[in-house]
Amino acid sequence: MVTTTTARASARLSEEQLLQMYWYMLLSRRLDERAWAMHRQSKIAFHISGMGHEAAQVGAAFAINRGVDYVHPYYRDLALMLAIGITPTDFMMSLYGKKDELSSGARQMPSHFSSKALNIVSSSSPVATQVPQAAGIAFAIKYRQQMGLQDPNDETQPRLVFTTLGEGSTSQGEWHEGMNWAGVHDLPFICMVQNNLYAISVPIEEQMAVAHVADRADAYGVRGVMVDGNDVLAVYDVMAEAVERAYNGDGATLVEAKTYRIVPHSSDDDDRSYRSREEVEEWKKKDPILRFQKVLLEETILSDTLIDDYESRARDAVNKAQVEAEAAPWPAPEEAIGDVYAPLEAI
Amino acid sequence: MTVMTLIDAIREAMDEELERDPRVFITGEDVGERGGVFRATQGLHEKYGDTRIVDSPLAELSIVAIGIGAALTDLRPICEIQFADFIHPAFNQIVNEAARFYYRSNGQWHVPLVIRSPYGGGIGGGLYHSQSVEAFFAHVPGLKIVVPSTPYDAKGLLKSAVRDPNPVLFFEPKKGYRAIKGEVPDDDYTIPIGPARIAREGRDLSVFAYGMMAHYTMMAAEKVAREDGIDAEVIDLRTLLPIDKAAILASVKKTGKALIVHEDNLTMGYGAEIAAVLSDEGFEYLDGPVKRYAAPDVPGVPFSHPMQEYFMPNPDKIADAIRDLAAY
Repeated sequence: MVTTTTARASARLSEEQLLQMYWYMLLSRRLDERAWAMHRQSKIAFHISGMGHEAAQVGAAFAINRGVDYVHPYYRDLALMLAIGITPTDFMMSLYGKKDELSSGARQMPSHFSSKALNIVSSSSPVATQVPQAAGIAFAIKYRQQMGLQDPNDETQPRLVFTTLGEGSTSQGEWHEGMNWAGVHDLPFICMVQNNLYAISVPIEEQMAVAHVADRADAYGVRGVMVDGNDVLAVYDVMAEAVERAYNGDGATLVEAKTYRIVPHSSDDDDRSYRSREEVEEWKKKDPILRFQKVLLEETILSDTLIDDYESRARDAVNKAQVEAEAAPWPAPEEAIGDVYAPLEAI
Repeated sequence: MTVMTLIDAIREAMDEELERDPRVFITGEDVGERGGVFRATQGLHEKYGDTRIVDSPLAELSIVAIGIGAALTDLRPICEIQFADFIHPAFNQIVNEAARFYYRSNGQWHVPLVIRSPYGGGIGGGLYHSQSVEAFFAHVPGLKIVVPSTPYDAKGLLKSAVRDPNPVLFFEPKKGYRAIKGEVPDDDYTIPIGPARIAREGRDLSVFAYGMMAHYTMMAAEKVAREDGIDAEVIDLRTLLPIDKAAILASVKKTGKALIVHEDNLTMGYGAEIAAVLSDEGFEYLDGPVKRYAAPDVPGVPFSHPMQEYFMPNPDKIADAIRDLAAY
């Protein structure tokens, strides 16, 4: 059943945590903007953007056990990744495709995040493939607990899987099959759909005949929740509840975060062909970072001086990352043929 | 040593791996109380329970994807696809995902996954219970493909597959599940994934086959030895990927002639790669054309018995192909 939450877990967030959330949203935005600029300067070949999605991602990140719980993300998750521990330099290295880039050794396109150390699972480009795999990860968590291989209360071990995708990807059979497993086995599984209203150019009315992705939760016997994905604290609230349920063995949650991608799908897309400038401008007024800034100003957690200070820090961090990545060496050409099979001793 | 059927050996391998390693579990359609439609998992649910012998929803892509996810966390899933014909919905998960994880993560994530599936025709299964699908996957770096033909090999290779850190497709010749019997050691043993096996030593020509066709080729080789005095060497490939080039080349170096047999249809089949290896690296050994004997290029194995038998290679047809090449 689709429900809304009244609990305000976010009320317990400290000022320091709130400022961290603001920082990651801002850092993600400034990095993302720089990537667009670098593409237009022909410094990089490709960029795929998460601009507009920062509240959904950072709100979620702060609700899970970051760096411990498994995350199986998708390519728009820059803010989520930064909040978990991917660095601006890691991201810049992926934009250029430099040697020893963290996610893939620069074999994959940018924004195909992975870090074994942070339990961020490598993802591909065909959409929704991560969802049934995430169900498999959640199945394994439950299996380990049932087999006595892992203490369910051990906070140093992953206790849930968090997977993300856009609403367009929910048209895939892979999404359906993953959600079905999560429901059948009551898995510690949270799927967040970042509904930005378009599958590249195809509007939501042409993707689904139901009003909300979360309406589908009933079909899988999981809890469905809708949230304003541009309100970072509201996202944190619904995620905190979903996390609690997962940790307590109460089953899976489908979170639909309603948001908007305020830029084209990727550096190769031109969104003027499928949506009006007026529509985009309307959504820019609902920018999740400005909205959170306003809340923090009202609560006097942020000040104008502090805002300037954060901006300056973000600019420095982006500059430093770009310089480092530009200076980094290219992979040796022969690295193209490594890592086809794991050696037998990997077991 | 115990004499057992192919399917008994497969079940025993799984039973012993489940016993040995608590990270091993099985999922697939009807693998639980029913024991699998071919009874490959019979008795395992009773012995290991719901947690480890898991009936899946009727949906192949998620059977594989659940296995991938669990394998990423270092469990050792054995996924059963009920018939190889039904593996195609999982193609994306196998080819785009399982096969590429290690490469695409620069060696961070590996996928110790086994996908077992019965394959092959001659059992009245028509288009969708008879397919040989190995060629689709043999093109994909990152996968290993095993096709055993004897109980001894099946048990030892399946244990190796479970212990391998990579995704392994384990295709079982279902026509031989109960028809093929053989001796199996009582102690724990493994057979490495990779090396082919010389099933019959010979001087006149080399025949390369796997699965049910390895058996038929052995029968054909005995027939031509008896009736025509042709001494054929039979190589049971056992592992299709990685390909055992050394064994293929060594045999042809000795015999000078090569015939490849498979029940998959001819064009772009696995035999084409062996022919290419021989052309590239064994040209100076060859005293005749590299020949392939395979099923006709039609979209499937037809159901009705006369048409099925027309489609399927058998020992007599293989014997004829051996005679033709020997006479060259």
